[in-house]
Amino acid sequence: MARPSVRVFHKLEGLFSIYKPPGVHWKLVRDTIETNLLKGINAAPPPAPRQRVQFLAESTSVVAEGSNELTLSAASVPALAHHPLGEALHIHIGVGVGHRLDVFSSGVLVLGVGQSNKALTDLYRSHVTRDYTLEGELGMATDNFSHTGRLIERTTYDHITRDKLERVLAMMQGSNQKALLTYSKVDMSTQGAYELAVKGELRPDGKSPPIMTGLRLLHFQPPHFTLEVQCLNETQRYLCRILHEVGLELRSTAVCKGVRRTRDGPFTIQHALTHQHWTSPDVIQAIRQYRSSRKASKAKHTQPGKDTGTASQRQEMAEEAAVTGDSHRLHSVLTSKAFGS
Amino acid sequence: MALTCIQHCQRCTSLLRSRSVGITTLQYSTDAQHWPAALWNSFIVPVLPSLLQRSPNPSQTRQRWNLGVRSYCESHAKVQPSQTKHRNTDELPGTDMVSYQNPVSHQLIDGGMLLKEWQTAFDLDDAPGHSALEEISHEEAVRMDIPAALPPVSISLKDYVNESETLGKLVQLGVQLWKLEQRPNVGSMLLRLDFQTDVTPRLVFLKQLGVEDSRLGYLISHNPFILTESLENLQARVAYLRSKKFSAESVASMVSRAPYLLNFSVKRMDNRLGFYQQQLGLSAQKTRDVVARLPRLLCGSLETVKENLKICKLEMGFRENELQHIVTVIPKVLTANKRKLTQIFDYIHNTMNIPHDLIVKFPQVLNAKYLRIKERHLFLQYLDKAQYDPAKPNYICLDKLVSLPDEAFCTEVASATLKDFELFQKTM
Repeated sequence: MARPSVRVFHKLEGLFSIYKPPGVHWKLVRDTIETNLLKGINAAPPPAPRQRVQFLAESTSVVAEGSNELTLSAASVPALAHHPLGEALHIHIGVGVGHRLDVFSSGVLVLGVGQSNKALTDLYRSHVTRDYTLEGELGMATDNFSHTGRLIERTTYDHITRDKLERVLAMMQGSNQKALLTYSKVDMSTQGAYELAVKGELRPDGKSPPIMTGLRLLHFQPPHFTLEVQCLNETQRYLCRILHEVGLELRSTAVCKGVRRTRDGPFTIQHALTHQHWTSPDVIQAIRQYRSSRKASKAKHTQPGKDTGTASQRQEMAEEAAVTGDSHRLHSVLTSKAFGS
Repeated sequence: MALTCIQHCQRCTSLLRSRSVGITTLQYSTDAQHWPAALWNSFIVPVLPSLLQRSPNPSQTRQRWNLGVRSYCESHAKVQPSQTKHRNTDELPGTDMVSYQNPVSHQLIDGGMLLKEWQTAFDLDDAPGHSALEEISHEEAVRMDIPAALPPVSISLKDYVNESETLGKLVQLGVQLWKLEQRPNVGSMLLRLDFQTDVTPRLVFLKQLGVEDSRLGYLISHNPFILTESLENLQARVAYLRSKKFSAESVASMVSRAPYLLNFSVKRMDNRLGFYQQQLGLSAQKTRDVVARLPRLLCGSLETVKENLKICKLEMGFRENELQHIVTVIPKVLTANKRKLTQIFDYIHNTMNIPHDLIVKFPQVLNAKYLRIKERHLFLQYLDKAQYDPAKPNYICLDKLVSLPDEAFCTEVASATLKDFELFQKTM
């Protein structure tokens, strides 16, 4: 009984991730996807025009002056008010954006459609971490910490070695770890706190400033270098500032040439849709994939005794937990009611 | 004031009684507009039962429909004597009432009424013939024609489309009324049009011009004012275009692609054609080609075109003849967004190091999307294939870089798979 367009609506309930290219405002991206989804919905065959009943009197030639009979004939006329050509079936659909990306950065951007926007807020309240890849260049300082800003200072960087850079990064990671311990508000002298810390599942309780839970040097070739960061509550501007501070610690200067988000909670770059795939069928497929992966993870977590079948599976789970440190949190979010059935 | 009202009423009644079914033009003073609404209501209500006894007639309903948006008091006016100027009233049987037509319709929102339309035929001295509580026979009740309960004022044309012939036919043509009703005053204007006298001659004119049936809906959706433009003007403008040696097919295609074209005066079109011919320095035939390909050049403002030309000459440094060539191949450059145009040119000339003469050879690059050029160039650079100089080996043609779809680009130009290209896009 449901119209084909309503069926398409049901298929669109879910979260999916896209790859936002650099230089585009996130709002434009969201608007483009909303337009494409609406095109997909309105492309569904329109329903047959509704009929309405109109009563027409018999022609006056039949009715004589003295006759007492007067009949009305009912005619079924198409109701033009809902003619498919004259009416746009749907002109609005709620597409929500997860953690936003500014114009300069690129990477995974999570979007939700319809009812799943509630799940989006839950996901981000659960303190999931995000992975970034930062590309930096030594020897320059600008006003907005990125290479597009106005140049303020130029310095030499010949004295910088990989070793020194890694020492600076380790120092920064240490201070961030301390901040994490303070904001997580756990009593450090308990066994429970120790276990959480070992598993890497310590998280801040409530609001906190940006905290980096992981920091690593990927690639170093002066003047270019690449960092990988895992962080919470950050903004892209903050990450550019981090690079600037790294440069300052090394008695030189650095600017950020690119910020790329590679993971946003459970959404990795592997399944993110590139801009040629921002169409209705591809989005439906991505949502289907997300739903099936959610069902699979729900099954995994609700049967702890059964799933430790193969050693490789266990290892995989342990690796996942170590890398993301979010498995416990994800489990509680994924099984929560807000995600729906 | 009330006294004059009563005098008018008496005049109305006398006219009514004499059963004059002809053209009656009654000149009323306009101070009636200031009469309070309550006064109207009190006059009209007692009249209604006496006027309800009439035979139903569907054609009357249709004619009655041509009122347009009216105030609620006026719906009672439908059962009042008419002030027909050019409608025929011969089919009416010998009843007291004739259908009410007001060719000049006004949108009245708060019940204020012009006296011209208030033609209640009643005499305050006469006792009303029938009261509302009188019992009538079943046949009489069925015979009564109740006017459709249309809302007097509405924000949507949906309420009127079932009753209005014009709107119904427009919907069947494919006009997107939901878009038009959002524009101010367009909805009321469409309601007021009469299909036979206003819309049909213009549709016939467009068809004779050569516009296809499927495009008529698009045309009217974008330019509903073509239905109110006078036919002489439309014909004059088409005659002007033909006199400038535009072929019939090109005129038809120009009109269907630029819906507002025929609303502009001959002088304005002449001005623009002269500007393009003079500024670009093109021959008459080439100007005709450019304008036929992009008819909206004749519709929009010339300031943006002048600015674009200045940018091409001063900022980008193209010479006169190079610019002529670019415009003949890609007329869209004249109406493109300045910021995007400069961004693309900057990337092509400064980052990809492509000289001016190559750009002039392939002007399509200026029309492409910036993101597409950037991604494809970086991909080729990553594969060490970014070589755009025709003199050297392994030359990549700019045309192929920009116009091929992704799959063809990957296989032919980059010799890589589509998957590789997508993975690379995610590293940008």
